[in-house]
Amino acid sequence: MSSAESRSLAVAEAAAPVPPLDRRTRKFTARRIGTVPWWFVVPALVFFLFVVLWPSVQGAAYAFTNWDGLSATKDFVGLAQFERLLKDPGGVGAVVHTLLIAFAITVVQNLIGLLLALGVHSKIKSRNILRVALFTPAVITPVATGYLWKYLMTPDGAINQLLGFFGLGALQHDWLGDADVALWSIVATVVWQFAGYSMVIFLAGLQGVPEDVLEASRIDGAGPFRRFWYVVRPELAPAITINLMLSIIGGLKLFDQVWVMTSGGPGTSTDTMSTLIYKNAFQFGDFSYGIAMALVLTAFVAILSTAQYKLLGKQGGTK
Amino acid sequence: MNRYTWQTFILEAVMVLVGVLFFLPVYILVNLALKTPDDQSSPLAPVTNITFQNFSDAWSQANLGQALLTSAFVTVFSVLIIVAISALAAYPLARVTKRWSKWLFFVFMLGLLLPFQLALIPLYTTIRDLGLLGNPISLVLYYAGLQVPFSVFLYTGFIRAVPLDYEEAAAIDGAGPLRSFFSVIFPLVRPITGTVIILNVLHVWNDFLTPLLYLSGSSQQTVPVALFSFVSQYVSQWNLVFAGLVITIAPILIAYFAMQNTIIKGFASGLKG
Repeated sequence: MSSAESRSLAVAEAAAPVPPLDRRTRKFTARRIGTVPWWFVVPALVFFLFVVLWPSVQGAAYAFTNWDGLSATKDFVGLAQFERLLKDPGGVGAVVHTLLIAFAITVVQNLIGLLLALGVHSKIKSRNILRVALFTPAVITPVATGYLWKYLMTPDGAINQLLGFFGLGALQHDWLGDADVALWSIVATVVWQFAGYSMVIFLAGLQGVPEDVLEASRIDGAGPFRRFWYVVRPELAPAITINLMLSIIGGLKLFDQVWVMTSGGPGTSTDTMSTLIYKNAFQFGDFSYGIAMALVLTAFVAILSTAQYKLLGKQGGTK
Repeated sequence: MNRYTWQTFILEAVMVLVGVLFFLPVYILVNLALKTPDDQSSPLAPVTNITFQNFSDAWSQANLGQALLTSAFVTVFSVLIIVAISALAAYPLARVTKRWSKWLFFVFMLGLLLPFQLALIPLYTTIRDLGLLGNPISLVLYYAGLQVPFSVFLYTGFIRAVPLDYEEAAAIDGAGPLRSFFSVIFPLVRPITGTVIILNVLHVWNDFLTPLLYLSGSSQQTVPVALFSFVSQYVSQWNLVFAGLVITIAPILIAYFAMQNTIIKGFASGLKG
């Protein structure tokens, strides 16, 4: 076949597309021409089993022993490690801090992210550069942003200087040295870093909002809030779900920023489950207590993320 | 709606102010890194006599050259493995409709729910018993396994959306499954490969806790850990510390500003759900 012939054939094919095969024929064709072999999954499965699945099963089992991580003996102690956790004020405190952090980050970060997305998704001329600028913190190493904010929050740091400059000296604080405030200072750092992340996901959802419906509802007299609630929000449902999921899980596992900013202090006022797992397992040599905490954390992650998925999944369905 | 009204102008002014406020910490970071330690001016005041002494001091004292190399090694090899094994595994998971395929996909997705803290401690003892503590290869193996569920999830969704016709044509031309994968499927899913690479590079490069554990006490540190031990030594010398921070986030920021559109799109398209 000459190249001219094949080209005209291709043109004819493009002009009159072959009707798509129905499902049964497709399955049959796929089987006839050879299916994808199962062993393609083996490399990924081996890594996954070795790194995630098997150690997680081991971890779940060690939580019921008194193993110290080194000795050859380990005894089954039942729920003793979990009872310890309940009686340990530091452990209960860490659970409370972790839940507070996850809740605060989820609410504030997504609210700010949504407002930023609505502001950037408009006719303003600076929208492209703003999108880039607001997302910048999200790519920076969390250890680095932790140190940056640790400096900004020192008693004579930039935040207190700015407050003094604007005559708001009364608001000056030892942001990380005051046990009542330190936890929220860490939350503020994380929100600053990841609000742009939420914004970008909301922006992707906003692309699907139909402009003509917005315009029509505006002509019909719907104010900005009603337009947001009835036209924009339903389109955002998937973005909301994924954003909440990411911030809940991220907040529950938070370690890096806490570790570099306060290491859990002052006292134990900013200890989270992750910092306490690390301290117990690798500084106090209390492996199985650390693992018991990790198992509790796992339960929180599983329950909270499934709950929000179920709740919002329903809401998304009524759109 | 399509005109630039005075309301749009107010919104523009507010958003620019917010943008400046958001970017201010990054400005302070670079500004302070360029100042001499005895410069008593406000961190907000622009630097007057620029010094690069902080950078050369931080570079040598934190051993940042070594750290950047280790981080680059770990990032490149783990992301290469992640892309290869995840794309390959996603192909049958997306195409085979038998029961084992659905179950396997479910098992992989279980990995998304398990926090790494649970596996962290038992895996630490395994790595220790294998004699791999302090060896960056342990990190490559770790990330390759840890990031499989998420990457398989992205690839499977994307491959499902590719019409079967291409593979059928390839099969009729005599291509086996491997050939189909490499010559047809993998090139077709290039956009999601971009997303997988971006998300994994950022995760591996920025991760702190795992390298802190697996490489502790060795001379080979990744960037975040080198930064951590460096700052612990020079706590109050902020000019020096900030120079160190600037050096270590520079590679990411340069890559980000050079490919901002691709990167932001990659984040959004991969996570839209």
